[in-house]
Amino acid sequence: MTIPDMNFPDATAEDGAIPVHLGLLRKGQRAEVIGLDETAATTPLPPGELERRMIEMGLIEGARLEVLHEGFPGSDPIAVRIADHILALRRAEAHAVLVSPLA
Amino acid sequence: MSSTAILAGPPRIALVGNPNCGKTALFNALTGARQKVANYPGVTVERKVGEFLSPAGARVQIIDLPGTYSLRARSPDEEVTRDVVLGRFEHETPPDVMVCVADATNLRLHLRLVLELRKLGRPIILALNMMDVAEARGCRVDAGALSAALGVPVVPTVAIRRHGVRGLLDQIDRTVALASGSSAALSGVAPCGWSEPTASDLRAYHREVEDVLAAALRDAGRPSLATRRIDAALLHPAIGLPFLFLVLFLMFQAVFAWAAWPMDMIDAGLTWFQGTVGAALPDGLLKSLVTDGIIAGVGSVLIFLPQILVLFFFILILESTGYMARAAFLLDRLMGGVGLHGRAFIPLLSSFACAVPGIMAARTIENRTDRLATIMIAPLMTCSARLPVYTLIIAAFVPNRTMLGGLVGLQGLVMFTLYAAGILSALAVAFVLKRTVFKGAREPLLMELPSYRLPSARDVLLGLFERARIFLARAGTVIFAIMILLWFLGTFPAAPDGATGPAIDYSFAGMLGHALAPLLAPIGFTWQIAIALVPGMAAREVAVAALGTVYALSETGDALSGSLASVLAADWSLPTALSLLAWFIFAPQCVSTLSVVKRETNSWFWMLAMVAYMTLLAYGAAFVTFRVASALLGG
Repeated sequence: MTIPDMNFPDATAEDGAIPVHLGLLRKGQRAEVIGLDETAATTPLPPGELERRMIEMGLIEGARLEVLHEGFPGSDPIAVRIADHILALRRAEAHAVLVSPLA
Repeated sequence: MSSTAILAGPPRIALVGNPNCGKTALFNALTGARQKVANYPGVTVERKVGEFLSPAGARVQIIDLPGTYSLRARSPDEEVTRDVVLGRFEHETPPDVMVCVADATNLRLHLRLVLELRKLGRPIILALNMMDVAEARGCRVDAGALSAALGVPVVPTVAIRRHGVRGLLDQIDRTVALASGSSAALSGVAPCGWSEPTASDLRAYHREVEDVLAAALRDAGRPSLATRRIDAALLHPAIGLPFLFLVLFLMFQAVFAWAAWPMDMIDAGLTWFQGTVGAALPDGLLKSLVTDGIIAGVGSVLIFLPQILVLFFFILILESTGYMARAAFLLDRLMGGVGLHGRAFIPLLSSFACAVPGIMAARTIENRTDRLATIMIAPLMTCSARLPVYTLIIAAFVPNRTMLGGLVGLQGLVMFTLYAAGILSALAVAFVLKRTVFKGAREPLLMELPSYRLPSARDVLLGLFERARIFLARAGTVIFAIMILLWFLGTFPAAPDGATGPAIDYSFAGMLGHALAPLLAPIGFTWQIAIALVPGMAAREVAVAALGTVYALSETGDALSGSLASVLAADWSLPTALSLLAWFIFAPQCVSTLSVVKRETNSWFWMLAMVAYMTLLAYGAAFVTFRVASALLGG
């Protein structure tokens, strides 16, 4: 299995780490949210709605997260711990979250 | 009493909070069994209302609103919460005081709703729930500082142990007194400052939450280690799904094993009651109506109460422990294969008990086409009303043997196969629907996985009590009326003098059955089955009692099943029995389900579409089963 090529010319992280889509993280990886970009995800929702729902569920700039579990088959959906709670989401929508991986 | 007499009627309190905040436990702690479940007018969202006496002696009415993360409603359920708190709901005055329930271990997520509610300009009390869990995790919240930062009274509670309830009651008294005083003085409520938040408004709310937490959170504590360890096993790619299927398999075995003893008790009680009443009444039509029509008929339905309660017991436990959300997580990808949302699992699982609460639970699915697809397949889940029919036919045609050293019964295995057939056909129908009428991408899955919790016995018992009450109300109304109608159809006109066949042969029901018989002959149904299907249109379980009447038997419940089973074993061929089982997997025979589909979809079209597709499937499946079985068995 190959991880798709990550190519985000516009995005730059404050600390210099390469920003990644949350949808590409694997189990055990930690990251900090640096931005939300709905256009990177496929969604039937009206514009702006996915972003608002994500903020409501704690996916907001500065939030630190860790991918705890992966579904089966296809390692999808994922369960992510954000601060005090665990959020389940599909990789397709997780692409809308830009994160900066932490060591 | 005089000080609270300013308000017209008892003060009304609304409980608002995120899902998983322990709101229902708090509602139970405040009201005990003094609660009523009804529907909001016009929508089938359950409206739970209770009453309690406050320490000051005031009668207080309390409403438990559906859980929501935001006042920006996304589903019909959340719309009710929004409309009630905003006072937009017709026939319902806005609540005098809102008690916002927040999980103390998860304030970052839960406080934003408090900030939104604060904008409404109405009195709020914050119940800081699950304080015991917070302390155990080293999370220290300063309730005084939180109250100062929010400008709202804060009461720490542990709802499942009923701790802090007294403090909350005292605060309700104070707030109600203050509200009635200020509204008299200001002659009106404060203006509502809430408007639907944009993404930047939400970010602003979030920053405000961070400021509040900086002032009130002394120690953030650690996330639940137990939850993480349990999930490492139960959400494991290799263990997760097998464990889930094991849980479901055990659940269905328990429905039979645990319910057997109470069912025998009910049966014995009914037989005794029937005998006593029968002995006290003179022979004639009245005796026939009371003993054969009412007691035998309603009894044949009452006897399934234990099985329904065992099913709901499992569903309540799965919900209150937090496993239900994990099940949705585990199944999202698989269900996505047929276009269903992982969240559709909860309505579908509830449909195993009864499609009516199942279809109503589909309200939590935000997207309309996802929701319609779930509603359309929910009745294919084997509901408990099919159990009497399955039990009867299995008892008549499947030997009672055990396999694998007594672990698995053959009859239970056949039953499991019938359940599996329902599930697989539901998935197939969903697959077709999502590729034809309900095209479009799936609604996103953004679902909180709550920390695991031990369920409280009290909350589970109250939940079971509620289900039992709803079931008994149905047995006492719809089924009672149908039984009387059925008795009438089966009794009049009376058999002529010197008749040779059973009396029902000459009645209206007999005529109807004979008229339908040619239609059902290609699928192997006898005219007796045709007669039983007529009242069975109202509710599936009625078909068993109807068969009892058709075969002129007078026992109830298990005794009826016992003697009916031997009659059927002698009278029907095996292909006929299998054909009837296949019919019942699909047949849309439940007026309650159809009426709830009509209400929930707000359309006759979807209800009629359901009747049409299920009847076609039922006839087709029965036809194929009968032909194949006849060919294989040389019938």
